Amino acid sequence: MEAVNHQITKSPNHQITWLGRLGNNPLAVAGFLIVGFLCLVALSAPWLAPYDPHAIDTWHILESPSKAHLLGTDPLGRDCLSRLIYGARISLLVGIVAVGIATVIGTILGALAGFYGKWIDGLIMRFVDIILCFPTIFLIMAVIAFLEPSIWNIMAVIGLTSWMGVARLVRAEFLSLRQRDFVLAARISGASNARIVFSHILPNAVAPILVATTLGVGGAILTESALSFLGIGVQSPTPSWGNMLTEGKDNLEIAWWLSMFPGMAILVTVLGYNLLGEGLRDALDPRIRSE
Amino acid sequence: MALFLYLIKKILTLGPTFLGITLISFMVMHLAPGEPMSLQADFNPKMTPEMRERLRAQYGLDRPLHIQYLQWLKGLAVLDLGRSFSPDRRPVWDKIKERLPVTLLINVLAIGLILVVAVPLGVAAAVRHNSFFDQVTTVLVFIAYAAPAFWVALLLMLYFGVHLGWLPISGLHSLMGYEQMSGWGKLLDWCRHLILPVLVSALGGLAGLSRYTRSSMLEVLKQDYITTARAKGLPERKVIYRHALRNALLPLITILGLSIPGLIGGSVIFESIFAIPGVGQLMWTSVMARGYPLLMGNLVIVSVLTLLGNQLADMGYALADPRIRTGVQMEN
Repeated sequence: MEAVNHQITKSPNHQITWLGRLGNNPLAVAGFLIVGFLCLVALSAPWLAPYDPHAIDTWHILESPSKAHLLGTDPLGRDCLSRLIYGARISLLVGIVAVGIATVIGTILGALAGFYGKWIDGLIMRFVDIILCFPTIFLIMAVIAFLEPSIWNIMAVIGLTSWMGVARLVRAEFLSLRQRDFVLAARISGASNARIVFSHILPNAVAPILVATTLGVGGAILTESALSFLGIGVQSPTPSWGNMLTEGKDNLEIAWWLSMFPGMAILVTVLGYNLLGEGLRDALDPRIRSE
Repeated sequence: MALFLYLIKKILTLGPTFLGITLISFMVMHLAPGEPMSLQADFNPKMTPEMRERLRAQYGLDRPLHIQYLQWLKGLAVLDLGRSFSPDRRPVWDKIKERLPVTLLINVLAIGLILVVAVPLGVAAAVRHNSFFDQVTTVLVFIAYAAPAFWVALLLMLYFGVHLGWLPISGLHSLMGYEQMSGWGKLLDWCRHLILPVLVSALGGLAGLSRYTRSSMLEVLKQDYITTARAKGLPERKVIYRHALRNALLPLITILGLSIPGLIGGSVIFESIFAIPGVGQLMWTSVMARGYPLLMGNLVIVSVLTLLGNQLADMGYALADPRIRTGVQMEN
């Protein structure tokens, strides 16, 4: 079995860079295009949006999709398409910043546990196990209950409650990498712990962290939208896909378009990040291809 | 014997984890900026500083943190989680107790549905690896995994509730005429109300577990003993379900255990959408009212439930895997 694996990694296919492998995977390319498109939409929202997303127009409330309002209007007469476009900013921002926070915390704790081992490892991993017992949404709700529900607090809270996966992953990487010969060589040449961690071990652990981060953005966007939907996330009038769906729920019987489009936007965004993440996983590590 | 020791070891780790859960819940509530009392008081314009102090003393919030924690822990030991801040002033445990069965019922039904649908689906996809069926289910699984549960709930309500009018979209039973129904009628009424919530809470786990079943089966089907089973002329059915599936199911027990927090967390969402009086809805209302004893009680109870669920999964794994059961370490 070992020998077979060895041959696969040595095959000519291996000469292709991971970017090439990513490009050969149609699902990953689709994911990349979706994510890229969304980033463009978010960045150019002021030019793309046909109306001001906050402009209330009491003459045109709850209008179904038409030429003037492609995705209809909400109970305050605001243009849904414009709100959807501005909502992309919120979702992407929350998703990326929250995952950034989680990645930093997870990497630091995972690295400490994996590098030092012994009681430090035991302590940190015990802590991770305990936090994992909390259904995340309950933990988030308990914290948010006493905070102003601002977008910055939402990001911080989602980040602070979702680092455990990254910590476990980084720890496992560090545990296996610190045994390798190149780490031993660095140690023998007198490299400090910091140098070993930052210039020898961490660069080798970047690939799985990148995969986890990409997949994490999708999860964070789902969490943010669920919180906003429940009324404890991003608050109206700031448009977020989650709080737009709350209006959809309140007008379910009379305005289907309010429920339809923001949900599709969330679905497509999360799908994009998940496809890209899975593609990255396959491309970065040929040994753990999912097939 | 080995199994017995394994179980004892597992149970002994429960204690510290449980203490950890209570400590973290306590710290989350007390160290979060903004004090529960001040927010509670902010709602009441007639609140004077003296009244505020009296309230603080009444709830013991003026004492040092570690005393408060020990006090609360002592209460927890006899399931006294304090009284709720809401006007009815009922004990928190009573409130949780009456809502717990509903949440548990829906989650158990959801887990049942996940198992019944996801495992055969994953097996079928793995057996027909790379076929049209496999590709279609893979795409569907990706979509189901990315779809926000509350949105799916809205769409189902829109279609089956509003458009077709087949299923009720809120509550646990009908409001009108429920009392007049016969026993079977009541049961049927309950079932009709439970269909959409169970479906929605199962969706995410369903996608995940069928994906895992598929990859676990693919892994097992590559093993030598499958070739052996085929070579000795066993019918394919037997190879798949007797030899392959039994081994492929092992890691799934762990996966199922890990998905429990997500399932319980999902209760908040579908209970608030479908207006189901469970612990998720209780959590939501207590967040909205900043009812802090209720919040803390809720947080601890759901995490302990999760802990127990994980423990059950661990024990199930130990019972199912002869390598752990007999304590023999095998190379694999």
